[in-house]
Amino acid sequence: MGELRLMKGNEAIAEAAIRYGVDGYFGYPITPQSEVIETLMARKPWEETGMVVVQAESEVAAANMLYGGAACGKKVMTSSSSPGVSLKLEAISYIAGAELPALVVNVVRGGPGLGTIQPAQSDYFQAVKGGGHGDYHLIVFAPNSVQEMADFVEDTYELAIKYRNPAMILSDGIIGQMMEKVELKDFKPRFTDAEIKEKFGSWATTGKTPDRERNIVTSLELQSELQEKHNHKLQAKYQQMRETEVRFESTNTEDAEYLLVAYGSSSRICRKAMELARDKGIKVGLLRPITLFPFPTKQLAELANQVKGMLSVEMSAGQMVEDIRLAVNGKVPVEHFGRYGGIIHSPDEIVNALEKQIIKG
Amino acid sequence: MEVKDIIKEENLAYKKTKVLTDNEMHYCPGCTHGVVHKVIAEVIEEKDIQENTIGISPVGCSVLAYNYLHIDWQEAAHGRAPALATATSRLMPDKYVFTYQGDGDLASIGAAEIIHACNRGENIVVIFINNGIYGMTGGQMAPTTLEGMPTSTSPYGRDIKLSGHPLKMTELVANLPGTTFVARHSAETAGAVRKLKKAIRKAFDNIDEKKGTSFIEVVSTCSSGWKLTPEASNTWMKENMFPFYPLGIIKDE
Repeated sequence: MGELRLMKGNEAIAEAAIRYGVDGYFGYPITPQSEVIETLMARKPWEETGMVVVQAESEVAAANMLYGGAACGKKVMTSSSSPGVSLKLEAISYIAGAELPALVVNVVRGGPGLGTIQPAQSDYFQAVKGGGHGDYHLIVFAPNSVQEMADFVEDTYELAIKYRNPAMILSDGIIGQMMEKVELKDFKPRFTDAEIKEKFGSWATTGKTPDRERNIVTSLELQSELQEKHNHKLQAKYQQMRETEVRFESTNTEDAEYLLVAYGSSSRICRKAMELARDKGIKVGLLRPITLFPFPTKQLAELANQVKGMLSVEMSAGQMVEDIRLAVNGKVPVEHFGRYGGIIHSPDEIVNALEKQIIKG
Repeated sequence: MEVKDIIKEENLAYKKTKVLTDNEMHYCPGCTHGVVHKVIAEVIEEKDIQENTIGISPVGCSVLAYNYLHIDWQEAAHGRAPALATATSRLMPDKYVFTYQGDGDLASIGAAEIIHACNRGENIVVIFINNGIYGMTGGQMAPTTLEGMPTSTSPYGRDIKLSGHPLKMTELVANLPGTTFVARHSAETAGAVRKLKKAIRKAFDNIDEKKGTSFIEVVSTCSSGWKLTPEASNTWMKENMFPFYPLGIIKDE
């Protein structure tokens, strides 16, 4: 068993990054995620593992540092909250276009604009539909516990390397700020120069040695035929993710007549709502997407053959509900129940919404 | 004696550095990008650091600079090269990392990135090509466009009341404690190219000594954007650009 600690989600993700062997973190303070860089600066990982930590002048610069570091074949990470992630999207699009592994953490707060510092799930579209310019997708994981904040550093980065594609941990202000017990993994050594050369030698800008052609990291291709070909390659990659990388958690779905669908913090509240509904004799199940891209489309389509209706519960005005409806394709009613602007659902109001919008509706 | 009898290794007085590729450059006649590329390539060869040099190219006419130097390259978003260079240099401190940026890239959209990289004293070289205009997008006004200078977005000449003053980035970064060597050169004559090369060599040598940021501006022309012949462009540069952007070493610590 690994080391047990009581930590905030933001602290856990920083500690997990050090232990996973991340080479560089580039950040900029913003509530409610500043503990990530604060934890790193207090821990001084450069003395322990050699990990570089830089407080950048802006989120724009932090994300472009991420791009430069990723181009060197280094494991790199940045974190922010919603308004900051909007600024990072420029570089994220370049990183996707240049096909580099990298990790972005979004501890979501309510918007639009400066919005609020309270938790929300209103950046779903931005996270799963690309977010920046051009046709691309991030690999998106949604933790619902402090434990998963820590665990998903490795899980997302391994996929980012496998697909040479940026990944995002889409968290929220609740998971970032709340304290829970977390089991930390043991330290992994950072990749050595020789390992980077062996694994990423075909593309990483580590210096052109005589044994290989020069490596150029770019997202630019001015010949339309070649740019279309490049896009075909990206799309094939996303399709492979859809077929092989979907993760979800289903609870009480075997006998369910109604289904709650929720991710992140909302899924924790839905577990309680499900218990309350079952106490009232309503057979409710919960499907919790762990990966938001790729989305559990197939699993939802199958459940649409079984249940009478689905309720998407999000701390937003209704974003994931669109992907559920695409999966279900009109077979059963799919409704959305949202609280937003920093307000969190209560379990009771979720049960009421289910009765009002799905069962009696 | 035939020509083929003269072309022999022992008679060679000059040859193209192997750090330059054989790719045909896309630059316009009279443009100094090619000359500056060549000078950087020669310095890399002379220092024997081809295996350890990473170039960061900008958005602008030199976006394709990576086609011409036989080294590893990263192609940055507009203005962000100093951010990429920061991470690259921090993560691989034994490498020679340089950015190559134009005036729109460095002095306008990338003003924050260059000032903070210089202020942190990143151990990198910055080559800043200033021709007072956006070349690639078709001759629009740059932050460095001189007062009264016509461009496609200042067709009646740059009006200070409307667009503010031309920005002297080099003097600005010289004020930052993170910079160690700051100079302004040009590349329109053989003599100017020699001085430029000496400065670029010194800038790369500073990386060995981990002295902080070296920043070299190259005052340049843009025949296509200025709508002048290459020769007239050089004359215009000397008469108008040099008085406002005086050449010389501004800081050497």
